Amino acid sequence: MTKTSAPALLGRHVLSAALAVLFLLPLLWTAWGSISGTGASPDGGIGMNNYARVVDYGAGLWVYAGNTLAVALMTVVGVLIVSSLGGYAFARLPFPGRNVLFIVTLAILMVPYATILIPLYVLLGWLGLQNSLVGLALVMIMLQLPFSLFMMRNSFEALPRELDEAAQMDGCGVVGAFFRVLLRGTVPGLVTVGLYAFLSSWNEFIAPLIFLTDGNSFTLPVAMVSLRTGSLGQVDFGALQAGVIVSAIPCLILFLFLQRYYVRGFTSGALKG
Amino acid sequence: MSVSSIKPLVSVKTRLPRSRRVSSRTRSIRRAGLLFASPTIAVVSVVFLLPLVLLVWMAFNDWPLIGASSPNWGANFAAISDPFFLDALVFTLKYTVITTVILSVVALGLALLVQQSRPGTALYRTAYFIPAAVGLASSGLFFYSLYTSPESGLNRVVGALGFDSVNWLSTPDAALWSTITLVVWRFAGFYMLILLTGLQSIPDEVYEASRVDGAGWWRTLISVTLPLLRPSIALMLILSVTGSVLAFEQFYVLTSGGPDNSTVTVVNALYRKAFIQFDLGTAAALSLVVLAFLLVLNMVQFALLRRDNTA
Repeated sequence: MTKTSAPALLGRHVLSAALAVLFLLPLLWTAWGSISGTGASPDGGIGMNNYARVVDYGAGLWVYAGNTLAVALMTVVGVLIVSSLGGYAFARLPFPGRNVLFIVTLAILMVPYATILIPLYVLLGWLGLQNSLVGLALVMIMLQLPFSLFMMRNSFEALPRELDEAAQMDGCGVVGAFFRVLLRGTVPGLVTVGLYAFLSSWNEFIAPLIFLTDGNSFTLPVAMVSLRTGSLGQVDFGALQAGVIVSAIPCLILFLFLQRYYVRGFTSGALKG
Repeated sequence: MSVSSIKPLVSVKTRLPRSRRVSSRTRSIRRAGLLFASPTIAVVSVVFLLPLVLLVWMAFNDWPLIGASSPNWGANFAAISDPFFLDALVFTLKYTVITTVILSVVALGLALLVQQSRPGTALYRTAYFIPAAVGLASSGLFFYSLYTSPESGLNRVVGALGFDSVNWLSTPDAALWSTITLVVWRFAGFYMLILLTGLQSIPDEVYEASRVDGAGWWRTLISVTLPLLRPSIALMLILSVTGSVLAFEQFYVLTSGGPDNSTVTVVNALYRKAFIQFDLGTAAALSLVVLAFLLVLNMVQFALLRRDNTA
């Protein structure tokens, strides 16, 4: 690397820090807006009235948060089960049709899902899963599958083969080896897969917009966008800001704590070539 | 856009035993393989392959939202020449080109800025990619209130500085650039991370050699760093192009396609066709067209990416 002089280093720090502020600004600004001003407190100072109003919006903020959490948890659990079992099969258990299945799963990425939402809408209707959080979670699991399966296959491949053999020598069958020994070795992969599944299903907008028709089953993003549409041409900006902050906080916290697992998603080869 | 995105089609090289007499152990492994893969098979067939087949079938049917459908063969495809759809297509391509160029430049700048581990860089990196944790729809709402809230929006600052209020979303150009600002904020850090992964795989010796040869910073960037970064750049371009062609949330939330339908994207047009005009058949036909277009685009880009990898 080239050596950097002290003034250049200082300049770099100033620039980096200024950009950091710029990137954080929309979040901080909105957070400030949500607790200050005439909507937040009658005297225009600091108060929590915006939050009180958004809690009572529509079916209630906690109902929306509950729906979102339910979909996210179902997605995470579903993705973990499907991709850990499938990843192990792809890494260690040759079975007929394995290559075809792997390529078809990766093809999910080639087919942008916005274009198959329309038949999915009809299909979920036939299955009785229209307007259902379970149906939505099912679609989210499919969307996460290529990334997750690839990630878990790599995680199992990285385990030493001796581990399988030792476990099976000890009298565990394939199934026993998987649950008692191998799964423990892939915990970092599982955390990464779970984190991506949580973030993307919590934040998903277009699928719940199409699949959920009853206001009581809305997820947070759909509910907040309907709040933005306003009533009688009036948008309650204070409540909107409070609502978006509430929707963003779980993801921000998870993201900050699990950052290195998020970055793993990039470096593990699941994203790059 | 889902966060996960494009992975290479890696061929799984495993040979099944060719001999007739398959040992009982091999058979039990195969059985276990099928058992372990069965959830994947179920999800892929029911939620992916089946809808794909249904999409093709719907495209050739008159398919109202409620009521019986009936085949009308190619009639749905006539909607391709609908000016509303064509305008959306042109706008989407324009948006895709502008967004991809700006995002790439910003992401590269950020990556170069925080490339080396110095005190503080970890914090900067986190600040740049933290918007990736916020959903696109929520990001849209953050910016919507910044652009339009009278009490706590940008115009408060603009006014305090003595300027007239800016109408951030009320002309086609303003709406486009305001949306691009949102998208750059949301995705620049994410793409920076992709480029950083690539930058970190360039060995220090290469930079040393370049320095010994007397190349300056700019020269090193152009003739050493960028060429070696090609696989990461290609990946970033694929993700950005695909994501932008399928743009929906950012415009739905921020501009609602306005003003005067000037910011209606292709997916937005499909959505209106299906769920506002209740014409699922036509929407399916148009989806099929978009699908074919993106498939070709992706294949071309995949081919480029693969070549870059082996080069």
